[in-house]
Amino acid sequence: MSALDQIVEPGAGALLTVPAGGRLRIVDLHGNQAVDTLFYDAHDIDNRYSAFDTIRAQQAVYLTTGSRLMSTRGDELGIISDDTCGRHDTVGGACSQESNVIRYGGHTRHQHACRQTFLTLGAHAGIGQRQLTHNVNFFMNVPVTPSGELKFDDGLSAPGRYVEVTASRDLLVLISNCPQINNPCNGWNPTPVQLLGWW
Amino acid sequence: MKHDIPGDAAWSVPVRAGRAITLTALAENANASMLIIGSDRLDRLNIPDTLKSQMTARIHAGLVLMSDRGLALATVTASTLDWHDCLTGSIPSPLLLLELAKHGLSEADLHGSINFFTKVGIDADARLAFVPGHATVGASVTLRAEQDLLVFISTAPHVLATTPAGGVGVQIGAAEAGGPAGLRPEALRALELVR
Ligand SMILES: [Zn+2]
Repeated sequence: MSALDQIVEPGAGALLTVPAGGRLRIVDLHGNQAVDTLFYDAHDIDNRYSAFDTIRAQQAVYLTTGSRLMSTRGDELGIISDDTCGRHDTVGGACSQESNVIRYGGHTRHQHACRQTFLTLGAHAGIGQRQLTHNVNFFMNVPVTPSGELKFDDGLSAPGRYVEVTASRDLLVLISNCPQINNPCNGWNPTPVQLLGWW
Repeated sequence: MKHDIPGDAAWSVPVRAGRAITLTALAENANASMLIIGSDRLDRLNIPDTLKSQMTARIHAGLVLMSDRGLALATVTASTLDWHDCLTGSIPSPLLLLELAKHGLSEADLHGSINFFTKVGIDADARLAFVPGHATVGASVTLRAEQDLLVFISTAPHVLATTPAGGVGVQIGAAEAGGPAGLRPEALRALELVR
């Protein structure tokens, strides 16, 4: 019996509390769907996920089973305990209306974007612009190369693949199911995902 | 204005729009971790947006450093090195947190930083390895401020380095006009919004 079973449509999101030891599973129902996710210590949101501390701690860029999700204070917030996709990104950040304009031009200014969802849902937990940091993009494929290039590529995910995070402490998890339609991160067609939780 | 920051120190300095800040490695093992905050003291350097807009995983000359709100903060106008790390962050030292506090800022304002003079190499599987001796004495990088900036610099050694910290020279003066060539259209759009 799961404590959480929720469908999140593209362009929507979720703000969850996951207790220490709880397992949160995100299921890519239709494949190639980026799920932008932020983690905070539920009792002190200044102790929050840090993408680049996480990368340095594992000395590897991509996230998968065993990756420890580190905080700005060097605490382990959670650990990826299961992963049937195999590779997740934490370098590419979230889409925003502002970065859409930079990347794709002024006609995208008013398209919905992950930052809009983060700010909308985060407000319920005191998470505003200052508290938004560089996120995890579950199921997203952002290859980096030995010559120092980076690109957004077709996803490696497929329908039904999932990733699971086990909380190392009580966590706030802020999720945006990405509505981006200007690059291949969602296979050019954003689709729903399922959140499952056990605690 | 010239100032040499010793190793294991932190400093914050305003750099007005149109000025240039040049960092120079004073020792082989120098590392200058930089946070940049825009003129409103809220809009910060956004490493992911900077990288994905310009299809790079490293900082080098010919890039525009972009903010959370898609504005140009600074242009990397010159660099003797083609690789400055921006994927491995830095642990904020107590001295860096004090510099933030002087401006009414705190750990909530920490964001991805650039580790100037440091290279953490990437292999074919995207595993990382610190590259010792990447910067030599005299290596330098110049940023032109595209809006009024507040720049935070920590000279603590990179976390993956095994040698003690080196010092970093800072010089701030009038930026040269023009350049650099070859900016991508994304970079030009970020610049257009602050001009
Ligand atoms: Zn998005």
